[in-house]
Amino acid sequence: MTDELFAEYEDKLPKKVLGELKENIPAKTAKGKVREIMDTAVKEYKESMADPGECIGNVSAESIGEPGTQMTLNTFHFAGVAEMNVTVGLPRIIEILDGRKDIKTPSMEIYLKKPYSQGKDIKELAYSIKETLLNDIALEFQINIVDLSITIKLDRELMRRSGFTSATILNGLKRHTKSYNVKAEGDEIILKSRSKEAALNSLYKDKEKMKEVHLKGVKGVKQVLPVKRGDEYIIVTAGSNLLDTLNLEEVDPTKTTTNNIHEIADVLGIEAARQAIINEVFGVIENQGLNVDIRHIMLVSDTMCTTGGVKGITRYGVVSEKSSVLARASFETPIKHVISAALVGEVDYLTSVVENVMINQPVPVGTGLPGLVTKVKVK
Amino acid sequence: MTMSEVYINNKLSGEIDNPQEFVQQFREERRRSAISHNANIFLHAITQDVYIETMKGRARRPLIVVRDGRSMLTSDQVSKLERKELIWNDLISKGIVEYLDAAEEENSLVAFTEDDLTPEHTHLEISPLGMLGLCAALVPYGNFNQSTRLNAGAKNQKQAVGFYAANFSVRMDMDVSIMHYPQMPLVQTLMHDIWDYGKHAAGQNVIVAIMSYKGYNMEDAIIINRGSLDKGLGRSTYFRPSTAEELRYAGGLVDEVSIPDKDVKGFKSDKDYRFLEDDGIIFPEAKVTEGDVIIGKTSPPRFLSSLDEYSIASSTRRESSSSLSHGEEGIIDFVLVTENEEGNKLVQVRVRDSRTPEIGDKFTSRHGQKGVVGLIVPPEDMPFSSVGTVPDVIFSPHGIPSRMTISHLIEMLGGKVGALSGRFINGTTFDAEPEEALRKELLSLGFRENGTEVFYHGETGERFPAKIYVGNMFYLKLKHMVANKMHSRARGPIQLLTRQPTEGRAKEGGLRLGEMEKDTFVAHGASLLLKERFDSDKSILPISEESGVIAIVDEYKKKSYCPLSSENAVISYVEMSYAFKLLLDEFKSLGIYPKLILESKY
Repeated sequence: MTDELFAEYEDKLPKKVLGELKENIPAKTAKGKVREIMDTAVKEYKESMADPGECIGNVSAESIGEPGTQMTLNTFHFAGVAEMNVTVGLPRIIEILDGRKDIKTPSMEIYLKKPYSQGKDIKELAYSIKETLLNDIALEFQINIVDLSITIKLDRELMRRSGFTSATILNGLKRHTKSYNVKAEGDEIILKSRSKEAALNSLYKDKEKMKEVHLKGVKGVKQVLPVKRGDEYIIVTAGSNLLDTLNLEEVDPTKTTTNNIHEIADVLGIEAARQAIINEVFGVIENQGLNVDIRHIMLVSDTMCTTGGVKGITRYGVVSEKSSVLARASFETPIKHVISAALVGEVDYLTSVVENVMINQPVPVGTGLPGLVTKVKVK
Repeated sequence: MTMSEVYINNKLSGEIDNPQEFVQQFREERRRSAISHNANIFLHAITQDVYIETMKGRARRPLIVVRDGRSMLTSDQVSKLERKELIWNDLISKGIVEYLDAAEEENSLVAFTEDDLTPEHTHLEISPLGMLGLCAALVPYGNFNQSTRLNAGAKNQKQAVGFYAANFSVRMDMDVSIMHYPQMPLVQTLMHDIWDYGKHAAGQNVIVAIMSYKGYNMEDAIIINRGSLDKGLGRSTYFRPSTAEELRYAGGLVDEVSIPDKDVKGFKSDKDYRFLEDDGIIFPEAKVTEGDVIIGKTSPPRFLSSLDEYSIASSTRRESSSSLSHGEEGIIDFVLVTENEEGNKLVQVRVRDSRTPEIGDKFTSRHGQKGVVGLIVPPEDMPFSSVGTVPDVIFSPHGIPSRMTISHLIEMLGGKVGALSGRFINGTTFDAEPEEALRKELLSLGFRENGTEVFYHGETGERFPAKIYVGNMFYLKLKHMVANKMHSRARGPIQLLTRQPTEGRAKEGGLRLGEMEKDTFVAHGASLLLKERFDSDKSILPISEESGVIAIVDEYKKKSYCPLSSENAVISYVEMSYAFKLLLDEFKSLGIYPKLILESKY
């Protein structure tokens, strides 16, 4: 009976609000009462919408900026234990909004498929994801100047624990040892240069390169930490490599995520990046106990992603996308912008706020937006 | 055994075998006056390196030397000091007192009082008060406070209006005040004695009640009894001298102190010069207000080139008198005519202005509890106690809990006892009359032991349900007076370059509506209001439609032409901010052609 009534409001209210109303209005409510409730809801909904010409960007900026000033004063900027630090607080927000490519503490949250998410082999799985470099299991790298050889001393104990044998290590080393005679002796690997006149320089360079040889795990994942979130086990990492992680069989690719926005944009696309920015920024703000409406952050995220790539709110990012020369010039490095605009003969159509403030004309927001069109009678 | 390095003024100077012995010997020699008392030595506990400092600029403080747990200063010597048979310098040369710098202090163990002495101690504090600076030591009961409040209290004392110099009447100090009836504080510290505070006091003892009064003492404001003001509370005289010098210029031209002729460039008006006597200087006791000339002066023309043979020399002289600036007034106090080092005639005139406290003047107690006057209440409306005392000052209770200035409360108690018993109270930090004793004495004087009293509403006569904490305190008037700060502008001077209003009170400037304030207008969508607020430099400029640059209109010939296109160009008048016109000029100077494309607005 009331379903018809709800159907009437389908194009007046968003689905979510309608659903909530349906759920919360008791079934026995009289029809007139329900209609009254619905009309009030519609009225409230309309009132909470932005008015045409409202300067939402400005309001967003102030709404994020004002709590931001408080954030600088009373925060811890890092969270977590020694090796698993995650940037939080203001530095993190700056990092995201600047659209930085190299973030301070990249980190992934790896969700797992069924048997593993219940804790099966969770430790082993985590260790298999963790990247192991030759440097991690070697005790010492030595260069013998006399016979031009490199000696790598391995840590037996560590090798045993992480399941390496000399053979597997040699296999991993193969690509880097083409110009060497390789010999494994006990827990030592001896590499002897084939050419007699190999410079000490190149020997040293090779040695340094070998330290970085990747043996096992997902590249870039420096630390792993299995944790229980809710009723399932996930793996939190320091270091991020989303593409390789998603390719792993045990990983649930629908939930696994990273805090590196650019990586998300590359692997999952710009829509995912937009959502990631919203989640990350809102996460920090909520974490700080501040209260910012998520719509403000959504607007910022939209602005950053609207070109199809992630652009930071800097003079290299979204500001450089502004159409107005004067607006760009008024932000940072004015002469650079003006000269480069002059070189190509750019025209400023004075369609935004800053330019119009500069030339003292009404800004095209609020009351300055509508124009009046009248027909003049020609006598 | 490793050698220890010795650094003299941070320069490596050599090595020694036994640093402990070396340092010990150095100190002994210094106490024997074999080594200068200005040298300090420091042994680094970890590296065992020795640092000797003799450079200037180190903060050092005196301490009594202790040997084997016994102070070197004996009671015999103390009595000799009292009889002036010994002086301070004797103590130093005898090695009884020595000055330590921050580094050497690290090597010593300083006892707070003589009773605390153990064999490990190396030094003894002369007095616990010695830890504090001069101003901080002037805060009574300072050991009951948070250190930040002590700092604030010390800082405030430096800004107090008092009797700053006995020869003030012949001095030409800039921006100074003299308090009319300075008093000795009732609650004193040892430092007040040492410093002869009574000879240059900077405050008055007032009766303070801690209570609210109609909300006029919220946010640290205080309320003052007008009756007290009429009796002279917080009165001061403000002095501001102005100077004029007869400068000599190249070509034998000189400034001249005189009443300017009417044909001088920039001549003000006869009315402005009315106080000047024949020598061009104002007479003492003249009552002047803003714009009045104090010293009449003319200067030669600014550029010699304009003084060509056809012009008449006197007509090109400029007016350069000193006059009272906007908002100032007062009485001419003192006129001085002299000569400066270069032999130029120098005229100095001091203006005096009597200042009764008004709403907005800043006052403070000695505990960092500063505030401005929020209301001046007629004496008949002030609340009064059961014995008829009417407070001079009403202080807000909200200032106490968050700042935790306990000393403020104790001073009130002490002041009350002092006023009632007719003696000064010793409130020296760490060594004061205990609060307990004060309370007992107050009780014996017939008052409530806790300092509160029954109070009545000044207007209705009703009794307040709460008992009010009242006492006597030393209050200071600070040199920040509204009369020197108050400022507003509706119209006024503009800058030559930008045609925007000037900045600052001295130039009668405007109050800037800045970028963030602008944002609030934008956020409200008040677009046209924003435009109106920002048209202080509005200008209407002729623009050539063809070339889009600023055109020239010759009103005399009724002709307009554009610097770029042909004559008789089509000109449109465009409204813009003058600052934007400047920006366009700036572009042109960069070699950029800023072309304005015009189209009809409608």
